[in-house]
Amino acid sequence: MLELLADRYVYLFVVALLSLGLFTLLTERHLVKKLVGLVLFQTAVFIFFIEGSVREDGDVPVIDPAVGPDPDAYVNPLPHLLILTALVVGVAVIGVALSLIVTIKHAYGTLDDAELSASEADR
Amino acid sequence: MTRSMLPALLTIVPFTAAVVAAVAAVTVPRAARGVAVLATGVVTVLAVWGLVRSLDEGPLVHPMGGWAAPLGIEYVLDPLAGFVAVLVGAIGFLVLVYPTRVGFGLEAERGVFLHALVLLLLGALLGVVVAGDLFNLFVSLEIYSIASYALIALGGPAAAVASYRYLLIGTVGSSLYLLGVGFVYFTTGTLGMDSVTPALAELTGSPTTAAATALIVIGLGTKMAIFPLHVWLPDAHSHAPPAVAALLASVQVKVAAYALIRILLDVFPPRYVVDDLPVLALLTWFGVAGVIVGSVSAIRQTDLKRMLAHSTVAQLGYIAIGIGLATPLALVGALLHVVNHAAMKACLFFVAGAVIEQARTKKIADFAGLGRLMPWTMVAFTVAAVSMVGLPPTAGFFSKWYLVSGAVGTDRWLVAVVIVASSVLTLIYFLRILESIWFRSRDADHEPVTEARPAILLPIGVLAVAVLVLGVFNVVMVDEVLSPVADRLLP
Repeated sequence: MLELLADRYVYLFVVALLSLGLFTLLTERHLVKKLVGLVLFQTAVFIFFIEGSVREDGDVPVIDPAVGPDPDAYVNPLPHLLILTALVVGVAVIGVALSLIVTIKHAYGTLDDAELSASEADR
Repeated sequence: MTRSMLPALLTIVPFTAAVVAAVAAVTVPRAARGVAVLATGVVTVLAVWGLVRSLDEGPLVHPMGGWAAPLGIEYVLDPLAGFVAVLVGAIGFLVLVYPTRVGFGLEAERGVFLHALVLLLLGALLGVVVAGDLFNLFVSLEIYSIASYALIALGGPAAAVASYRYLLIGTVGSSLYLLGVGFVYFTTGTLGMDSVTPALAELTGSPTTAAATALIVIGLGTKMAIFPLHVWLPDAHSHAPPAVAALLASVQVKVAAYALIRILLDVFPPRYVVDDLPVLALLTWFGVAGVIVGSVSAIRQTDLKRMLAHSTVAQLGYIAIGIGLATPLALVGALLHVVNHAAMKACLFFVAGAVIEQARTKKIADFAGLGRLMPWTMVAFTVAAVSMVGLPPTAGFFSKWYLVSGAVGTDRWLVAVVIVASSVLTLIYFLRILESIWFRSRDADHEPVTEARPAILLPIGVLAVAVLVLGVFNVVMVDEVLSPVADRLLP
């Protein structure tokens, strides 16, 4: 158990963050807080990828004559690239979400999920 | 395997056109629609050409920037991808031909980036279709989702709320997919669809692979709205403008179904998912549940678009059943239903748009007597409705026929019974509309209603004819394209 904590603590952290994000998303009534939950959830996935790229004593992934051409001597750069792309996509999603929030606030005057459901049922 | 520019052009053309249409929207707004129609026309022709060539020569491959697979990014167009690409192009073309104000509820004015968004959506859908690796599939999945959220929100304040809820659920879905892809990458060291297959074959039975499969299926199941992950769909599709709803129900959710077929039955090693994991059995039973829940909810609706949205949940259930049964016959049924449902649901949403335009109503109760006032529109509606129920010789009959044969072939009698019984449920919700359209007369105090103008009728008519043609000539499509595809995936 302790070994697991020592070796894999990042993964436990990722699982905790995933759960926290999903819990916030599902239980909070305020739309902005739901978005915060979503961002936490996404970030946990990003951290999972970054942790996977780590190599013990790995160097910056730019070939250095002192380290040599062995790819195992460097950290794996591919997950970094994937997450850079995923971050850009994530920013776009947050942008769309925030603009929808502005529209909803203008139209209904509230960002409370339950109140929004109630005002939709009235119409 | 042939090297060709075609797979890349399928995404380059709509994305370039999206930029041109966005520029046009701020300079010459009237040109934006022309650009969009032209681009989707070109894409459709390219997709048909690509499909024919991939049937002759095998998969067409385009390595991006000349870097071949393990190092570079590849776009691949095989017959399955070509088939879905043709569908995306053709439905996209018809949606853009449909009059803009009727379809999207607004004019192509200065600063309205409507056509750019539609092109972005179509380009990203095609990006999913031709993606040769799991990560590019994720990126395209997110781009089409972002375009969908924006397009749904065009339907007004209620649509913005529906779109926001869809965004929350949809993003969790794609994050779960990404997490599953992470599991695959860290165990196999590769993301390319070709190279993942042999690497996973050595890991059969490992819990990591099982977890990856579960995460990917849940993620894509959310995008495809498989019961019980369908909760976002009825609101999003019913509040969206008619043309957007047609686009989403006809092609957007189908592309998620394509991704599921691609990953479960092609990328994962042959027989691995079929024999080792209960994923497919679960998919079948959740499909069955979706068929029942969707149909029963559709019966309760009083608003036409809302009814159509609930019925989409049921129709996606059929497709999930076809994937889950995993026999060539059932998969042919699922793929045939992808195209059949696209034609009939787009036709029905276009009719809903025409009725909103001409009679200013969405309520089913107000449809009384419209048969005499809008005869052509209502004939098209009737053809599509009959096909939804699944009566020969319309298209809907044949896809259900293959699905029932597939269910009987694997001794899943209960599944076969549900498919047949759900036709009766579908009959209930369409029969009450058809009865009120053709056999009731209109209240005298309603304002006069006239037939829709030819520009609206044209895409509706094309789709109604397509429903009949797809039905009568389904054997050609099955023999030439779908059977070879299904036999290759499920030997």
